[in-house]
Amino acid sequence: MLEFKAHYRAGSFTLEAAFSAGPGVTALFGRSGAGKSTVLGLIAGLARPAEGRIAVGARVLFDSAAGIDLPAHRRRVGYVFQDSRLLPHLSVRQNLLYGRFFSRSPRGGVRLSLAQVVELLGVEHLLARRPASLSGGERQRVAIGRALLAEPELLLLDEPLASLDAPRKAEILYYIERLRDEVRIPIVYVSHSIEEVVRLADTVVLLSNGRVVESGPVAQMAARIELRGFLGRFEGGAVLDAVVAEQDLESGLARLAFAGGSLYAPDVDALVGERVRVRIRARDVALATEKPRAISMLNVISGTVAEVGESAGASVDVRVEASGASLLARVTRKSVADLALAPGRPVFALVKAVAIDRHSVGYA
Amino acid sequence: MWILTPEESAALVLSLKVAFWSVAASLPVAVALAWLLSRKRFPGKSLLDAIVHLPLVLPPVVVGYFLLLAFGRRGPIGAFLDEFFGISFAFSWTGAALASAVMGLPLLVRAVRQSLDAVDRGLESAAATLGASPAWVFASVTLPLILPGIVTGMVLSFARSLGEFGATITFVSNIPGETQTLPLAIYAFTQVPGGDAQALRLCILAILLSLAALMASEILVRRATARAAGRDA
Repeated sequence: MLEFKAHYRAGSFTLEAAFSAGPGVTALFGRSGAGKSTVLGLIAGLARPAEGRIAVGARVLFDSAAGIDLPAHRRRVGYVFQDSRLLPHLSVRQNLLYGRFFSRSPRGGVRLSLAQVVELLGVEHLLARRPASLSGGERQRVAIGRALLAEPELLLLDEPLASLDAPRKAEILYYIERLRDEVRIPIVYVSHSIEEVVRLADTVVLLSNGRVVESGPVAQMAARIELRGFLGRFEGGAVLDAVVAEQDLESGLARLAFAGGSLYAPDVDALVGERVRVRIRARDVALATEKPRAISMLNVISGTVAEVGESAGASVDVRVEASGASLLARVTRKSVADLALAPGRPVFALVKAVAIDRHSVGYA
Repeated sequence: MWILTPEESAALVLSLKVAFWSVAASLPVAVALAWLLSRKRFPGKSLLDAIVHLPLVLPPVVVGYFLLLAFGRRGPIGAFLDEFFGISFAFSWTGAALASAVMGLPLLVRAVRQSLDAVDRGLESAAATLGASPAWVFASVTLPLILPGIVTGMVLSFARSLGEFGATITFVSNIPGETQTLPLAIYAFTQVPGGDAQALRLCILAILLSLAALMASEILVRRATARAAGRDA
């Protein structure tokens, strides 16, 4: 869908990156200054690579070899900026319709009516207002709607949640999920929050210092031990695709079925039969070589050690394979030695149900 | 006492007409210059900047004299315009408007340029990603946002024109009914014995006119600023 290859320099920063993105949500993930927003700017035509090729489907937006460089206003790429950038002198309705004015005849992108977009993003009551009087979350919703109404073939979201507080974040995440599932427009999503990436993305492109470190499907990427340094020590962990098998209203627990067995998790906001994605942080997983009895941990998953990471510190990450699903466990080097953990050794992975909080579960 | 004599009202009407046309004619030039100076980098930029600002620091009589040399009937530009377009600036009210426009240009350019510098360029790139060509971006984003600066500049330049004396009298002389604006009429009265009372009447008229212009501008600027900032005026 999106082909990206570019060499770009600005001051002392050099971007040398190539990746391709399929349909669905592609997350550009990395620390601040990794070049995530730069990539978006190059796709949107707000900056020009020294060389490279950028194409959306069959449309070439930039090709230094062929001398193609479409100006920003002809790229049909919707861009939702971190700071919204609503036009202050126009009403919300005028902001929403701004792009539609330039795409009065259908031009091949996703074409939604104002009414559809207003319904999708819940901005009906804001239409007559000016941007200055909107809250941060409302502004971002209007900005998303405005980009959609310009009939883009690709949507770029640049940390749309960065400036919002937790409740607003949850609100916008919900709307972005609707966008992904109902509008079905390819989205490139920039973030440095693993939580958002896991919840939204199908593909992850990991950027560091202007280079692509690795890219691949989100579950695969999250389980890679050697990428831990990029994903963050604290938040690193595995991502499991699961289906809600049971919802016990009395205990408040849901049983989630995944390839390697069952997981109990509290307060899962999904119906039986729905597909969810669960992130289990490595630091929340313990390992045992015998099946423990009389223990409060509800989740005991049997598997085998697939990989023991390298570490100079006290702790290491161990990857456990459980019938095709990967779990990461962060344990001390002492435990690795005491339990003789090595590839091939059968183990039980223990996860406290309460460690899987509602932020760890998202709709797949 | 406050009924204007025909001569007085002729001077007043002429002043307003000259000021109006000088602002109207210099506005597009000023916006273009401000845009160049604010957004573009090119060789000779500081020289152009200095030339635009010259009328602010030069004695007005120098500006008037150069206008006379260039746009007079035998001046290179004046002769050309006269011959091919039948436009003549010499000793006519259009010349007074030209003199005012040149004198007011730096004020207009400065005001517009300052507000151009203050425009969030991010809004312009956002508009571009929504499909607006550079010309549309300018018309639908930049222009509305710099409106307060434009209004301020227009008022300053209008006021400057009402007070313009030196360049006008040097370039197009002091012809009642043709080039004799308020300041020139006041000057003429002070030059004749017993003209003091009439000069004073015109002075008060000039004060009232300037006050009205300043107050009107205050209201206009407030409205334009509120609009650009997205508040209700």
